[in-house]
Amino acid sequence: MTTVFCITALTTLASAVAAMSLRNLVHCVLCLTVSFIGMAMVYLQLSSQFVGFAQVMVYVGAVAILMIFALLMTRGGQELFMREWRPMHWLVGGLVSLALLAVLVGSILQSPVIQNTGPVDKVERVKDLGQSLVYEYLLPLEALALLLTVALIGAALIALPPKQHPIKPQPREDS
Amino acid sequence: MWFEDLLIQIKSVLVLNAPEGLRPILSAMLSATPILSAFGGLFAAVTLLERKMLGRIQNRYGPNRVGPFGIFQPVADGIKMLTKEDIVPKTADHLIHFLAPLLLLLTAMLGLSVIPYGEKLVAIRFEAGIVFFFAVGGAAELAVFMAGWASRNKYALLGSLRAIAQMVSYEIPLILSSVCVLMAAGTLSLDEVAKSQSGGMLSWYIMTPWGLMGCVLFLIATLAEVNRSPFDIPEAESELIAGHMTEYSGFKYAVFFLAEFVAMFAMCALTATLFLGGYHPPLPILAFIPGPFWLFAKLMVLVLLFIWIRGTMPRLRADQLMEFAWKFMLPMAVINLISTGCWIALGRGSLGWGLSALINLAAYGALSRWLSSRPNQQKRTYRFAEGPMHAA
Repeated sequence: MTTVFCITALTTLASAVAAMSLRNLVHCVLCLTVSFIGMAMVYLQLSSQFVGFAQVMVYVGAVAILMIFALLMTRGGQELFMREWRPMHWLVGGLVSLALLAVLVGSILQSPVIQNTGPVDKVERVKDLGQSLVYEYLLPLEALALLLTVALIGAALIALPPKQHPIKPQPREDS
Repeated sequence: MWFEDLLIQIKSVLVLNAPEGLRPILSAMLSATPILSAFGGLFAAVTLLERKMLGRIQNRYGPNRVGPFGIFQPVADGIKMLTKEDIVPKTADHLIHFLAPLLLLLTAMLGLSVIPYGEKLVAIRFEAGIVFFFAVGGAAELAVFMAGWASRNKYALLGSLRAIAQMVSYEIPLILSSVCVLMAAGTLSLDEVAKSQSGGMLSWYIMTPWGLMGCVLFLIATLAEVNRSPFDIPEAESELIAGHMTEYSGFKYAVFFLAEFVAMFAMCALTATLFLGGYHPPLPILAFIPGPFWLFAKLMVLVLLFIWIRGTMPRLRADQLMEFAWKFMLPMAVINLISTGCWIALGRGSLGWGLSALINLAAYGALSRWLSSRPNQQKRTYRFAEGPMHAA
Protein backbone atom coordinates (compact mmCIF):
# COMPACT_ATOMS: atom_id res chain seq x y z
CA MET A 1 0.00 0.00 0.00
CA THR A 2 2.24 2.74 -1.17
CA THR A 3 1.19 6.36 -1.48
CA VAL A 4 1.18 6.17 -5.26
CA PHE A 5 -1.14 3.18 -5.21
CA CYS A 6 -3.48 4.96 -2.79
CA ILE A 7 -3.65 8.01 -5.01
CA THR A 8 -4.36 6.01 -8.17
CA ALA A 9 -6.88 3.77 -6.42
CA LEU A 10 -8.73 6.74 -4.95
CA THR A 11 -8.77 8.54 -8.30
CA THR A 12 -10.02 5.44 -10.08
CA LEU A 13 -12.76 4.81 -7.57
CA ALA A 14 -13.81 8.44 -7.34
CA SER A 15 -14.07 8.79 -11.09
CA ALA A 16 -15.96 5.50 -11.35
CA VAL A 17 -18.46 6.76 -8.77
CA ALA A 18 -18.70 10.04 -10.66
CA ALA A 19 -19.28 8.15 -13.90
CA MET A 20 -22.23 6.43 -12.31
CA SER A 21 -23.77 9.45 -10.64
CA LEU A 22 -23.19 12.51 -12.83
CA ARG A 23 -26.22 13.82 -14.64
CA ASN A 24 -24.63 14.64 -17.99
CA LEU A 25 -23.81 11.54 -20.03
CA VAL A 26 -20.76 13.07 -21.69
CA HIS A 27 -19.34 13.92 -18.28
CA CYS A 28 -19.96 10.31 -17.31
CA VAL A 29 -17.95 9.04 -20.28
CA LEU A 30 -15.09 11.42 -19.51
CA CYS A 31 -15.04 10.31 -15.87
CA LEU A 32 -15.08 6.69 -16.98
CA THR A 33 -12.04 7.48 -19.13
CA VAL A 34 -10.23 8.81 -16.08
CA SER A 35 -10.95 5.58 -14.27
CA PHE A 36 -9.65 3.60 -17.28
CA ILE A 37 -6.43 5.56 -17.06
CA GLY A 38 -6.29 4.88 -13.33
CA MET A 39 -6.54 1.16 -14.01
CA ALA A 40 -3.75 1.43 -16.56
CA MET A 41 -1.63 3.07 -13.86
CA VAL A 42 -2.31 0.16 -11.53
CA TYR A 43 -1.06 -2.19 -14.25
CA LEU A 44 2.06 -0.05 -14.58
CA GLN A 45 2.67 -0.26 -10.85
CA LEU A 46 2.46 -4.03 -11.14
CA SER A 47 5.32 -3.60 -13.66
CA SER A 48 3.35 -4.92 -16.58
CA GLN A 49 3.95 -2.12 -19.04
CA PHE A 50 2.46 -3.67 -22.12
CA VAL A 51 -0.89 -4.40 -20.53
CA GLY A 52 -1.03 -0.90 -19.08
CA PHE A 53 -0.30 0.80 -22.40
CA ALA A 54 -2.64 -1.52 -24.23
CA GLN A 55 -5.32 -0.57 -21.71
CA VAL A 56 -4.83 3.11 -22.51
CA MET A 57 -4.69 2.45 -26.24
CA VAL A 58 -7.81 0.31 -26.38
CA TYR A 59 -9.98 1.86 -23.71
CA VAL A 60 -9.05 5.54 -23.95
CA GLY A 61 -8.22 5.62 -27.63
CA ALA A 62 -11.01 3.41 -28.92
CA VAL A 63 -13.70 2.43 -26.41
CA ALA A 64 -14.19 5.93 -25.01
CA ILE A 65 -14.41 7.36 -28.53
CA LEU A 66 -16.86 4.62 -29.48
CA MET A 67 -19.03 5.41 -26.48
CA ILE A 68 -18.96 9.09 -27.32
CA PHE A 69 -20.00 8.45 -30.91
CA ALA A 70 -22.77 6.13 -29.75
CA LEU A 71 -23.93 8.75 -27.27
CA LEU A 72 -24.01 11.56 -29.78
CA MET A 73 -25.79 9.46 -32.39
CA THR A 74 -28.55 8.32 -30.06
CA ARG A 75 -29.69 10.91 -27.60
CA GLY A 76 -27.32 13.83 -27.91
CA GLY A 77 -25.80 13.35 -24.50
CA GLN A 78 -27.88 16.12 -23.03
CA GLU A 79 -30.69 14.10 -21.55
CA LEU A 80 -30.95 13.66 -17.86
CA PHE A 81 -31.28 10.41 -16.06
CA MET A 82 -34.63 9.34 -14.85
CA ARG A 83 -34.75 10.29 -11.21
CA GLU A 84 -37.74 8.27 -10.12
CA TRP A 85 -37.40 5.49 -7.63
CA ARG A 86 -37.58 2.10 -9.36
CA PRO A 87 -37.22 -0.62 -6.68
CA MET A 88 -37.13 -3.42 -9.25
CA HIS A 89 -34.14 -1.85 -11.04
CA TRP A 90 -32.28 -1.47 -7.78
CA LEU A 91 -33.02 -5.05 -6.79
CA VAL A 92 -31.86 -6.54 -10.11
CA GLY A 93 -28.84 -4.25 -10.28
CA GLY A 94 -27.86 -5.13 -6.72
CA LEU A 95 -28.18 -8.84 -7.38
CA VAL A 96 -26.09 -8.66 -10.54
CA SER A 97 -23.35 -6.68 -8.85
CA LEU A 98 -23.35 -9.02 -5.85
CA ALA A 99 -22.99 -12.01 -8.16
CA LEU A 100 -20.14 -10.31 -10.01
CA LEU A 101 -18.44 -9.47 -6.72
CA ALA A 102 -18.78 -13.08 -5.58
CA VAL A 103 -17.23 -14.37 -8.81
CA LEU A 104 -14.33 -11.91 -8.59
CA VAL A 105 -13.61 -12.50 -4.90
CA GLY A 106 -13.90 -16.25 -5.36
CA SER A 107 -11.46 -16.35 -8.26
CA ILE A 108 -9.01 -14.05 -6.48
CA LEU A 109 -9.08 -16.20 -3.35
CA GLN A 110 -8.50 -19.37 -5.37
CA SER A 111 -5.67 -17.98 -7.47
CA PRO A 112 -2.10 -18.96 -6.60
CA VAL A 113 -1.13 -15.29 -6.42
CA ILE A 114 -2.83 -14.82 -3.07
CA GLN A 115 -1.09 -17.81 -1.50
CA ASN A 116 2.51 -16.72 -1.91
CA THR A 117 2.65 -13.37 -0.20
CA GLY A 118 6.27 -12.59 -0.96
CA PRO A 119 7.23 -10.04 -3.60
CA VAL A 120 6.96 -11.26 -7.14
CA ASP A 121 10.48 -11.52 -8.52
CA LYS A 122 9.58 -12.41 -12.09
CA VAL A 123 9.17 -9.20 -14.05
CA GLU A 124 6.91 -9.63 -17.04
CA ARG A 125 8.81 -9.10 -20.24
CA VAL A 126 7.05 -7.97 -23.39
CA LYS A 127 8.91 -10.66 -25.30
CA ASP A 128 7.57 -13.42 -23.03
CA LEU A 129 4.08 -12.06 -23.45
CA GLY A 130 4.36 -12.08 -27.23
CA GLN A 131 5.87 -15.53 -27.35
CA SER A 132 3.25 -17.07 -25.14
CA LEU A 133 0.61 -15.35 -27.25
CA VAL A 134 1.94 -16.81 -30.49
CA TYR A 135 3.10 -20.24 -29.29
CA GLU A 136 0.87 -21.19 -26.38
CA TYR A 137 -2.35 -19.33 -27.07
CA LEU A 138 -2.27 -19.31 -30.86
CA LEU A 139 -5.71 -20.79 -31.36
CA PRO A 140 -7.58 -18.31 -29.10
CA LEU A 141 -5.65 -15.50 -30.78
CA GLU A 142 -6.70 -16.69 -34.23
CA ALA A 143 -10.28 -17.12 -33.08
CA LEU A 144 -10.28 -13.56 -31.73
CA ALA A 145 -8.82 -12.24 -34.97
CA LEU A 146 -11.53 -14.05 -36.94
CA LEU A 147 -14.22 -12.69 -34.66
CA LEU A 148 -12.94 -9.15 -35.06
CA THR A 149 -12.75 -9.53 -38.84
CA VAL A 150 -16.32 -10.79 -38.91
CA ALA A 151 -17.41 -7.83 -36.81
CA LEU A 152 -15.56 -5.43 -39.11
CA ILE A 153 -17.12 -6.89 -42.25
CA GLY A 154 -20.53 -6.84 -40.61
CA ALA A 155 -20.12 -3.19 -39.66
CA ALA A 156 -19.07 -2.35 -43.22
CA LEU A 157 -22.13 -4.19 -44.58
CA ILE A 158 -24.45 -2.29 -42.29
CA ALA A 159 -22.84 0.98 -43.27
CA LEU A 160 -23.24 0.40 -47.01
CA PRO A 161 -25.61 2.82 -48.74
CA PRO A 162 -29.15 1.37 -48.91
CA LYS A 163 -29.35 0.91 -52.68
CA GLN A 164 -26.39 -1.46 -52.66
CA HIS A 165 -27.58 -3.21 -49.53
CA PRO A 166 -27.20 -6.96 -50.10
CA ILE A 167 -29.45 -8.13 -47.29
CA LYS A 168 -32.38 -5.79 -47.10
CA PRO A 169 -33.02 -3.90 -50.35
CA GLN A 170 -35.01 -0.72 -49.80
CA PRO A 171 -38.44 -0.79 -51.43
CA ARG A 172 -38.43 2.01 -53.94
CA GLU A 173 -41.56 4.08 -54.29
CA ASP A 174 -41.38 5.70 -57.68
CA SER A 175 -44.47 7.70 -58.41
CA MET B 1 29.67 10.19 -26.89
CA TRP B 2 31.53 13.01 -25.13
CA PHE B 3 28.46 15.22 -25.34
CA GLU B 4 26.15 12.66 -23.77
CA ASP B 5 28.68 11.87 -21.04
CA LEU B 6 28.98 15.57 -20.30
CA LEU B 7 25.21 15.92 -19.93
CA ILE B 8 25.04 12.85 -17.69
CA GLN B 9 27.89 14.20 -15.56
CA ILE B 10 26.14 17.54 -15.10
CA LYS B 11 22.91 15.84 -14.16
CA SER B 12 24.49 13.46 -11.67
CA VAL B 13 26.39 16.30 -9.96
CA LEU B 14 23.19 18.33 -9.65
CA VAL B 15 21.12 15.41 -8.39
CA LEU B 16 23.70 14.12 -5.91
CA ASN B 17 24.05 17.53 -4.29
CA ALA B 18 20.33 17.81 -3.67
CA PRO B 19 18.70 16.64 -0.42
CA GLU B 20 17.68 12.98 -0.36
CA GLY B 21 13.91 13.49 -0.62
CA LEU B 22 14.09 15.82 -3.60
CA ARG B 23 16.30 13.63 -5.79
CA PRO B 24 13.66 11.68 -7.74
CA ILE B 25 11.70 14.84 -8.52
CA LEU B 26 14.83 16.78 -9.44
CA SER B 27 16.03 13.96 -11.67
CA ALA B 28 12.70 13.80 -13.47
CA MET B 29 12.64 17.56 -13.91
CA LEU B 30 16.17 17.64 -15.22
CA SER B 31 15.17 15.07 -17.84
CA ALA B 32 11.96 16.83 -18.81
CA THR B 33 13.10 20.46 -18.90
CA PRO B 34 15.57 20.22 -21.81
CA ILE B 35 12.99 18.38 -23.93
CA LEU B 36 10.22 20.85 -23.17
CA SER B 37 12.38 23.92 -23.71
CA ALA B 38 14.04 22.57 -26.85
CA PHE B 39 10.73 21.74 -28.50
CA GLY B 40 9.12 24.96 -27.29
CA GLY B 41 11.94 26.91 -28.89
CA LEU B 42 11.72 24.79 -32.00
CA PHE B 43 7.99 25.60 -32.18
CA ALA B 44 8.76 29.34 -32.28
CA ALA B 45 11.44 28.84 -34.91
CA VAL B 46 9.31 26.56 -37.09
CA THR B 47 6.29 28.90 -37.13
CA LEU B 48 8.55 31.59 -38.57
CA LEU B 49 10.23 29.15 -40.93
CA GLU B 50 6.89 27.86 -42.15
CA ARG B 51 5.59 31.33 -42.90
CA LYS B 52 8.82 32.28 -44.61
CA MET B 53 8.86 29.13 -46.72
CA LEU B 54 5.19 29.39 -47.63
CA GLY B 55 5.87 32.98 -48.65
CA ARG B 56 8.76 31.80 -50.80
CA ILE B 57 6.60 29.12 -52.45
CA GLN B 58 3.80 31.63 -53.07
CA ASN B 59 6.18 34.26 -54.42
CA ARG B 60 5.88 36.80 -51.62
CA TYR B 61 8.12 37.91 -48.75
CA GLY B 62 6.42 36.44 -45.70
CA PRO B 63 6.82 38.19 -42.33
CA ASN B 64 9.56 40.82 -42.58
CA ARG B 65 8.55 43.68 -40.25
CA VAL B 66 9.56 42.60 -36.74
CA GLY B 67 13.33 42.66 -36.40
CA PRO B 68 15.86 41.93 -39.16
CA PHE B 69 14.22 39.65 -41.78
CA GLY B 70 11.26 39.30 -39.42
CA ILE B 71 13.06 36.96 -37.05
CA PHE B 72 11.23 38.34 -34.00
CA GLN B 73 7.84 37.55 -35.51
CA PRO B 74 7.22 34.61 -33.08
CA VAL B 75 7.72 37.01 -30.14
CA ALA B 76 5.18 39.41 -31.60
CA ASP B 77 2.77 36.51 -32.22
CA GLY B 78 3.18 35.32 -28.65
CA ILE B 79 2.52 38.77 -27.18
CA LYS B 80 -0.51 39.17 -29.40
CA MET B 81 -1.91 35.78 -28.38
CA LEU B 82 -1.26 36.39 -24.67
CA THR B 83 -2.91 39.79 -24.56
CA LYS B 84 -5.97 38.78 -26.57
CA GLU B 85 -9.22 38.45 -24.69
CA ASP B 86 -10.06 34.91 -23.69
CA ILE B 87 -13.64 34.45 -24.85
CA VAL B 88 -15.60 31.49 -23.52
CA PRO B 89 -19.16 31.00 -24.78
CA LYS B 90 -21.78 31.61 -22.11
CA THR B 91 -23.32 28.15 -22.35
CA ALA B 92 -19.99 26.34 -22.69
CA ASP B 93 -18.92 23.67 -20.27
CA HIS B 94 -16.24 25.82 -18.65
CA LEU B 95 -14.13 23.14 -17.02
CA ILE B 96 -13.93 20.86 -20.07
CA HIS B 97 -13.49 23.85 -22.36
CA PHE B 98 -10.48 24.81 -20.27
CA LEU B 99 -9.07 21.28 -19.96
CA ALA B 100 -9.24 20.31 -23.65
CA PRO B 101 -6.24 22.31 -24.96
CA LEU B 102 -4.17 21.31 -21.94
CA LEU B 103 -4.93 17.62 -22.47
CA LEU B 104 -4.06 17.92 -26.15
CA LEU B 105 -0.73 19.55 -25.31
CA LEU B 106 -0.07 16.93 -22.63
CA THR B 107 -0.59 14.03 -25.04
CA ALA B 108 1.70 15.67 -27.59
CA MET B 109 4.42 16.34 -25.02
CA LEU B 110 4.26 12.85 -23.49
CA GLY B 111 5.10 11.32 -26.84
CA LEU B 112 8.44 13.15 -26.78
CA SER B 113 9.46 11.46 -23.55
CA VAL B 114 10.15 8.04 -25.08
CA ILE B 115 12.16 9.22 -28.10
CA PRO B 116 15.85 8.30 -27.81
CA TYR B 117 17.84 11.49 -28.39
CA GLY B 118 21.16 9.72 -28.06
CA GLU B 119 22.51 6.39 -27.00
CA LYS B 120 22.19 7.35 -23.34
CA LEU B 121 19.69 10.19 -23.67
CA VAL B 122 16.24 8.72 -23.22
CA ALA B 123 13.89 10.45 -20.79
CA ILE B 124 11.86 7.31 -20.01
CA ARG B 125 13.28 3.96 -21.04
CA PHE B 126 10.14 1.89 -21.52
CA GLU B 127 10.33 -1.66 -22.76
CA ALA B 128 7.17 -1.01 -24.75
CA GLY B 129 8.04 2.56 -25.69
CA ILE B 130 6.28 2.64 -29.02
CA VAL B 131 3.07 1.31 -27.50
CA PHE B 132 3.26 4.16 -24.98
CA PHE B 133 3.74 6.64 -27.82
CA PHE B 134 0.67 5.44 -29.70
CA ALA B 135 -1.38 5.07 -26.52
CA VAL B 136 -0.93 8.69 -25.48
CA GLY B 137 -1.43 9.71 -29.11
CA GLY B 138 -4.81 8.01 -29.00
CA ALA B 139 -5.84 10.18 -26.07
CA ALA B 140 -5.52 13.23 -28.33
CA GLU B 141 -8.80 12.24 -29.99
CA LEU B 142 -10.53 12.56 -26.67
CA ALA B 143 -9.10 16.05 -26.22
CA VAL B 144 -10.38 17.04 -29.66
CA PHE B 145 -13.82 15.77 -28.77
CA MET B 146 -13.74 17.62 -25.45
CA ALA B 147 -12.89 20.84 -27.25
CA GLY B 148 -15.69 20.44 -29.75
CA TRP B 149 -18.35 19.30 -27.35
CA ALA B 150 -17.60 21.73 -24.52
CA SER B 151 -17.90 24.71 -26.87
CA ARG B 152 -21.66 24.05 -27.15
CA ASN B 153 -21.52 25.02 -30.80
CA LYS B 154 -22.75 22.74 -33.54
CA TYR B 155 -19.99 23.67 -35.96
CA ALA B 156 -17.38 22.94 -33.33
CA LEU B 157 -19.00 19.61 -32.49
CA LEU B 158 -19.30 18.56 -36.14
CA GLY B 159 -15.73 19.67 -36.73
CA SER B 160 -14.47 17.64 -33.82
CA LEU B 161 -16.33 14.53 -34.98
CA ARG B 162 -14.85 14.96 -38.45
CA ALA B 163 -11.38 15.32 -36.93
CA ILE B 164 -11.86 12.24 -34.75
CA ALA B 165 -13.07 10.16 -37.69
CA GLN B 166 -9.96 11.14 -39.63
CA MET B 167 -7.58 10.50 -36.75
CA VAL B 168 -9.11 7.11 -35.95
CA SER B 169 -8.98 6.04 -39.60
CA TYR B 170 -5.36 7.00 -40.10
CA GLU B 171 -4.21 5.59 -36.79
CA ILE B 172 -4.56 2.06 -38.16
CA PRO B 173 -2.21 2.43 -41.18
CA LEU B 174 0.07 4.51 -38.96
CA ILE B 175 0.51 1.73 -36.44
CA LEU B 176 0.58 -1.04 -39.07
CA SER B 177 3.30 0.69 -41.05
CA SER B 178 5.44 1.02 -37.95
CA VAL B 179 5.00 -2.66 -37.13
CA CYS B 180 7.30 -3.68 -40.00
CA VAL B 181 10.22 -1.96 -38.27
CA LEU B 182 9.34 -3.60 -34.98
CA MET B 183 9.34 -6.98 -36.74
CA ALA B 184 12.77 -6.35 -38.20
CA ALA B 185 14.24 -5.02 -34.97
CA GLY B 186 12.48 -7.64 -32.86
CA THR B 187 11.61 -5.26 -30.07
CA LEU B 188 9.01 -2.73 -28.95
CA SER B 189 11.56 -0.44 -27.34
CA LEU B 190 12.45 2.63 -29.40
CA ASP B 191 15.85 2.56 -27.82
CA GLU B 192 16.61 -0.87 -29.26
CA VAL B 193 15.10 0.07 -32.61
CA ALA B 194 17.52 2.97 -32.91
CA LYS B 195 20.40 0.79 -31.74
CA SER B 196 19.68 -1.82 -34.39
CA GLN B 197 20.32 0.72 -37.17
CA SER B 198 23.87 1.68 -36.23
CA GLY B 199 26.66 1.70 -38.78
CA GLY B 200 25.90 4.23 -41.44
CA MET B 201 23.17 5.02 -43.86
CA LEU B 202 23.02 1.58 -45.47
CA SER B 203 21.76 -0.07 -42.32
CA TRP B 204 18.87 2.36 -41.89
CA TYR B 205 15.54 0.69 -42.46
CA ILE B 206 14.57 3.15 -45.19
CA MET B 207 17.21 1.47 -47.35
CA THR B 208 15.09 -1.68 -47.66
CA PRO B 209 12.03 -1.84 -49.96
CA TRP B 210 9.62 -2.50 -47.11
CA GLY B 211 11.26 0.25 -45.08
CA LEU B 212 10.83 2.77 -47.87
CA MET B 213 7.19 1.81 -48.35
CA GLY B 214 6.63 1.81 -44.60
CA CYS B 215 8.27 5.21 -44.27
CA VAL B 216 6.13 6.73 -47.01
CA LEU B 217 2.94 5.26 -45.54
CA PHE B 218 3.98 6.37 -42.08
CA LEU B 219 4.64 9.93 -43.25
CA ILE B 220 1.28 10.14 -45.04
CA ALA B 221 -0.52 8.81 -41.98
CA THR B 222 1.46 11.27 -39.85
CA LEU B 223 0.26 14.15 -41.98
CA ALA B 224 -3.32 13.04 -41.40
CA GLU B 225 -2.79 12.32 -37.73
CA VAL B 226 -1.45 15.78 -36.89
CA ASN B 227 -3.98 17.50 -39.21
CA ARG B 228 -1.41 18.94 -41.57
CA SER B 229 -2.13 19.86 -45.15
CA PRO B 230 -3.24 18.13 -47.43
CA PHE B 231 -5.23 16.40 -44.68
CA ASP B 232 -6.11 19.56 -42.76
CA ILE B 233 -9.84 19.20 -43.30
CA PRO B 234 -10.45 19.31 -39.50
CA GLU B 235 -9.16 22.85 -39.47
CA ALA B 236 -9.58 24.02 -43.08
CA GLU B 237 -9.48 27.71 -42.24
CA SER B 238 -10.47 28.83 -45.72
CA GLU B 239 -13.49 26.57 -46.26
CA LEU B 240 -14.82 25.54 -42.91
CA ILE B 241 -14.44 27.56 -39.77
CA ALA B 242 -11.66 26.17 -37.66
CA GLY B 243 -13.48 22.97 -36.65
CA HIS B 244 -13.14 22.06 -33.02
CA MET B 245 -11.20 25.26 -32.36
CA THR B 246 -14.06 27.54 -33.44
CA GLU B 247 -14.84 28.81 -29.95
CA TYR B 248 -11.27 29.20 -28.80
CA SER B 249 -9.41 32.47 -28.79
CA GLY B 250 -6.33 34.04 -27.32
CA PHE B 251 -3.93 31.84 -25.46
CA LYS B 252 -6.06 28.70 -25.55
CA TYR B 253 -5.97 28.86 -29.34
CA ALA B 254 -2.21 29.29 -29.13
CA VAL B 255 -2.01 26.18 -26.96
CA PHE B 256 -3.90 24.24 -29.64
CA PHE B 257 -1.45 25.51 -32.20
CA LEU B 258 1.49 24.57 -29.99
CA ALA B 259 0.03 21.10 -29.40
CA GLU B 260 -0.35 20.58 -33.14
CA PHE B 261 3.26 21.52 -33.79
CA VAL B 262 4.63 19.50 -30.88
CA ALA B 263 2.66 16.48 -32.09
CA MET B 264 4.21 17.01 -35.52
CA PHE B 265 7.71 17.15 -34.01
CA ALA B 266 7.03 14.02 -31.99
CA MET B 267 5.82 12.13 -35.04
CA CYS B 268 8.78 13.33 -37.10
CA ALA B 269 11.16 12.26 -34.34
CA LEU B 270 9.46 8.87 -34.28
CA THR B 271 9.78 8.57 -38.07
CA ALA B 272 13.46 9.44 -37.81
CA THR B 273 13.92 6.86 -35.06
CA LEU B 274 12.05 4.11 -36.84
CA PHE B 275 13.21 4.51 -40.41
CA LEU B 276 16.07 7.02 -40.59
CA GLY B 277 18.45 5.59 -38.03
CA GLY B 278 17.48 7.81 -35.10
CA TYR B 279 20.51 9.48 -33.58
CA HIS B 280 22.99 7.66 -35.79
CA PRO B 281 25.04 9.69 -38.28
CA PRO B 282 24.70 8.84 -41.99
CA LEU B 283 28.37 7.89 -42.15
CA PRO B 284 30.23 6.19 -39.27
CA ILE B 285 33.05 8.71 -39.76
CA LEU B 286 30.77 11.53 -38.61
CA ALA B 287 30.16 9.93 -35.21
CA PHE B 288 32.10 12.70 -33.43
CA ILE B 289 29.10 14.97 -33.89
CA PRO B 290 26.71 14.18 -31.01
CA GLY B 291 23.57 12.07 -31.55
CA PRO B 292 20.95 14.72 -30.63
CA PHE B 293 22.26 16.85 -33.49
CA TRP B 294 21.60 14.09 -36.01
CA LEU B 295 18.14 13.38 -34.64
CA PHE B 296 17.21 17.05 -34.85
CA ALA B 297 18.69 17.33 -38.33
CA LYS B 298 16.52 14.44 -39.56
CA LEU B 299 13.52 15.90 -37.75
CA MET B 300 14.05 19.25 -39.44
CA VAL B 301 14.33 17.62 -42.86
CA LEU B 302 10.97 15.96 -42.29
CA VAL B 303 9.42 19.20 -41.01
CA LEU B 304 10.67 21.03 -44.10
CA LEU B 305 9.16 18.26 -46.23
CA PHE B 306 5.84 18.81 -44.46
CA ILE B 307 5.99 22.56 -45.08
CA TRP B 308 6.83 21.94 -48.73
CA ILE B 309 3.84 19.60 -49.04
CA ARG B 310 1.63 22.20 -47.37
CA GLY B 311 2.74 24.82 -49.83
CA THR B 312 2.20 22.75 -52.94
CA MET B 313 -0.62 20.24 -52.40
CA PRO B 314 -4.35 21.01 -52.57
CA ARG B 315 -6.55 19.92 -49.71
CA LEU B 316 -8.40 16.59 -49.97
CA ARG B 317 -12.14 16.30 -49.63
CA ALA B 318 -13.37 14.40 -46.57
CA ASP B 319 -14.64 11.37 -48.51
CA GLN B 320 -11.48 11.15 -50.63
CA LEU B 321 -9.50 11.19 -47.43
CA MET B 322 -11.45 8.29 -45.93
CA GLU B 323 -11.33 6.32 -49.18
CA PHE B 324 -7.58 6.76 -49.35
CA ALA B 325 -7.13 5.54 -45.79
CA TRP B 326 -9.26 2.43 -46.07
CA LYS B 327 -8.74 1.42 -49.71
CA PHE B 328 -5.09 2.23 -50.23
CA MET B 329 -3.22 2.82 -46.97
CA LEU B 330 -4.61 -0.13 -45.04
CA PRO B 331 -4.11 -2.88 -47.70
CA MET B 332 -0.71 -1.47 -48.59
CA ALA B 333 0.38 -1.50 -44.95
CA VAL B 334 -0.77 -5.11 -44.55
CA ILE B 335 1.03 -6.20 -47.73
CA ASN B 336 4.09 -4.36 -46.49
CA LEU B 337 4.02 -6.55 -43.39
CA ILE B 338 4.06 -9.63 -45.63
CA SER B 339 6.98 -8.27 -47.58
CA THR B 340 8.83 -7.54 -44.33
CA GLY B 341 8.18 -11.11 -43.27
CA CYS B 342 9.66 -12.39 -46.53
CA TRP B 343 12.71 -10.20 -46.04
CA ILE B 344 13.28 -11.58 -42.55
CA ALA B 345 12.55 -15.19 -43.53
CA LEU B 346 15.01 -15.09 -46.45
CA GLY B 347 17.84 -14.06 -44.17
CA ARG B 348 17.81 -10.29 -44.64
CA GLY B 349 20.03 -10.65 -47.71
CA SER B 350 19.74 -9.52 -51.30
CA LEU B 351 17.30 -12.33 -52.15
CA GLY B 352 14.87 -11.09 -49.50
CA TRP B 353 15.51 -7.55 -50.68
CA GLY B 354 14.48 -8.43 -54.22
CA LEU B 355 11.41 -10.43 -53.21
CA SER B 356 10.29 -7.68 -50.86
CA ALA B 357 10.70 -5.07 -53.60
CA LEU B 358 8.78 -7.30 -56.01
CA ILE B 359 5.87 -7.82 -53.60
CA ASN B 360 5.64 -4.12 -52.81
CA LEU B 361 5.83 -3.03 -56.44
CA ALA B 362 3.26 -5.60 -57.55
CA ALA B 363 0.92 -4.66 -54.73
CA TYR B 364 1.31 -0.96 -55.43
CA GLY B 365 0.67 -1.47 -59.14
CA ALA B 366 -2.35 -3.69 -58.61
CA LEU B 367 -3.88 -1.46 -55.97
CA SER B 368 -3.43 1.75 -57.92
CA ARG B 369 -4.80 0.14 -61.11
CA TRP B 370 -7.80 -1.19 -59.23
CA LEU B 371 -8.50 2.12 -57.56
CA SER B 372 -8.13 4.16 -60.73
CA SER B 373 -10.12 1.77 -62.95
CA ARG B 374 -13.22 1.92 -60.82
CA PRO B 375 -15.94 4.08 -62.35
CA ASN B 376 -15.65 6.94 -59.94
CA GLN B 377 -16.57 9.55 -62.48
CA GLN B 378 -20.33 9.29 -62.03
CA LYS B 379 -22.36 12.12 -60.63
CA ARG B 380 -21.98 12.57 -56.91
CA THR B 381 -25.16 12.02 -54.96
CA TYR B 382 -25.61 13.31 -51.47
CA ARG B 383 -27.44 10.74 -49.46
CA PHE B 384 -29.06 13.03 -46.96
CA ALA B 385 -29.33 16.22 -48.97
CA GLU B 386 -31.27 14.93 -51.97
CA GLY B 387 -32.69 11.66 -53.29
CA PRO B 388 -35.72 9.63 -52.24
CA MET B 389 -35.57 10.50 -48.55
CA HIS B 390 -35.59 14.19 -49.26
CA ALA B 391 -38.25 13.99 -51.95
CA ALA B 392 -40.58 12.03 -49.71
